[in-house]
Amino acid sequence: MTAETIIQSLASGLLMGLLYGLIAVGLALIFGLMDVVNFAHGEFLMIAMYVTFFLFAFFAIDPLLSAPLVAAALFVFGAVVYLLIVRFAVRAKANAGMVQIFSTFGLAIVMRGLAQYFFTPDYRSVTNSWLGGKTVSVAGIFLPVPQLVGALLAIAAFGALYLFINRTDFGRALEATREDAGAVALVGIDKNKVFALGWGLGAALVGLSGAVMAIFFYIYPDVGASFALIAYVTVALGGFGSVFGAFAGGILVGLVEATTALILPPSLKSVGIYAVYLLVVFIRPRGLFGSM
Amino acid sequence: MDTSFAGRRRRDLVVAFCLAAIAAVVPLFVKDVYVQNIMVLTLMYGALSQSWNILSGYCGQISLGHALYFGIGAYTTALLFTKFGVLPWFGMLGGGIISAIIAMALGYPCFRLRGHYFVIATIVIAEIGLLLFHNWDWAGAALGIDIPVRGDSWLKFQFTRSKLPYFYFALALACVAWFVTWWLEDSKWGYWWRAVKDNPDAAESLGVVVFNSKMGAAAVSAFLVAVGGSFYAQFVSYIDPESVMGFQFSLLMALPAVLGGIGTLWGPLLGAIILIPLTELTRSFIGGSGRGVDLIVYGGLIIAISLARPQGLVGLFSPKRKEVAR
Repeated sequence: MTAETIIQSLASGLLMGLLYGLIAVGLALIFGLMDVVNFAHGEFLMIAMYVTFFLFAFFAIDPLLSAPLVAAALFVFGAVVYLLIVRFAVRAKANAGMVQIFSTFGLAIVMRGLAQYFFTPDYRSVTNSWLGGKTVSVAGIFLPVPQLVGALLAIAAFGALYLFINRTDFGRALEATREDAGAVALVGIDKNKVFALGWGLGAALVGLSGAVMAIFFYIYPDVGASFALIAYVTVALGGFGSVFGAFAGGILVGLVEATTALILPPSLKSVGIYAVYLLVVFIRPRGLFGSM
Repeated sequence: MDTSFAGRRRRDLVVAFCLAAIAAVVPLFVKDVYVQNIMVLTLMYGALSQSWNILSGYCGQISLGHALYFGIGAYTTALLFTKFGVLPWFGMLGGGIISAIIAMALGYPCFRLRGHYFVIATIVIAEIGLLLFHNWDWAGAALGIDIPVRGDSWLKFQFTRSKLPYFYFALALACVAWFVTWWLEDSKWGYWWRAVKDNPDAAESLGVVVFNSKMGAAAVSAFLVAVGGSFYAQFVSYIDPESVMGFQFSLLMALPAVLGGIGTLWGPLLGAIILIPLTELTRSFIGGSGRGVDLIVYGGLIIAISLARPQGLVGLFSPKRKEVAR
């Protein structure tokens, strides 16, 4: 194993990690806002990938251009899911935690079933997109262009999200609602509206990452499951509710995954991620940047 | 009608005895192998869910990683039998004890975690177990283990001609899991667990040793689930990592209890009686198309029940029991 291989795989790990962060941040945002874990998060990603695929297949819109459209579609979808399901789940008087887990989990199963029904279980892929299959060489290190663009997009999205939360009225309303959902009603903020917009925003971020993922990953009804667990681990590693934590958690997960793949057989690469999660929470039970 | 707590417990015991007696004669009249198969699975998942309910329902430590103990039970029995010729009955006991020890060893660091951090830790640990078994060549790796058929006997717990023996074992397992829950419900452990679930800090301050009571619940729960896994290995006679340790088992153990009523005595069995036949029937009648209609029905039902009856279906029976009985 040469130094070059190590640098090469750490670099691709870093890019993948930033993408993991982008996939996970919607989850962190929603949890921070209302303490709900969306167990259909992977299926949101799956839908985003299919939307990207169909825009490409039917209208020849390249994923790079359709990303904002996919994000917009997912925004609407996220808000609708809140209004139709989650709004009622958080009102449950008994076993609130269980109801949230299983209602969103039931949604995940329904979404997978619908995808199988309408899109068939076949594997799809976006072929011949502008970025697909291309690599660039930076100082002797080869980087895949889709992942590189995805990573840059992730950094931009995190920057925009930071400004959005801290500098806009809606961002402040979001912060205020997460602080005290009861008190905001006194200053005229409609809690339900903020929650619906929060779900929309969280889903839109998944939409963005889905558009990028569709460039270099196969698309099939169960695709979300493989990324969902990584997303939960990413969010928990960073600390539930911390948007910055999801960013840092994503980078850590990407680097650990790349390192594990160097040491252990490829089929065991996820063991490294899981082991690091356990190690971190055993030492810090609230993740790296979470508040209890 | 005696409405005191002791009276209710006596009545539960009588009802359970009658139900078990009725269940025992059903397969004498229902000879269809397909239906018998569903009955075996229903009883098995009922028993598994009842065991899961001890840790996650009564003690409130929600585990979505119980597939680990199910898999360890199945693998211990299958490996001991195929590699060393040890009878499945000893494998069953051994798998249960190993699982209980592992549950406590894992509980030692994990029980410090709360809420979603704990749930994700249980998922992740079971996934690590799955990946390790996938790569463990001696245990058959991804190919799994084929349990050789040595003829029908209770001694080797193998039956190729009839499903009845498996049915009676599953029934016995469900009865044991139910009875253990019934018995623990009124023991000091049962009261500790409910206190830990409601408010661990208050429980601690009142002298409940929170940590030890979680460990006790984990050990009992893991032991019973491993016995179920061991039974499943004999029942299907072929196991591989995905088919005994996959995430779907963790869910299938949790769902009946959640639908029936988490942390209740009758919830898991009631949930299993509704959910498992429904799962099997949707799979064979509308799932055959491979188009996911079974998933849509199944997922829709989970959403509907969890939103409409957060306390579980068991609540439908108890409060208005008098009117119904009359």
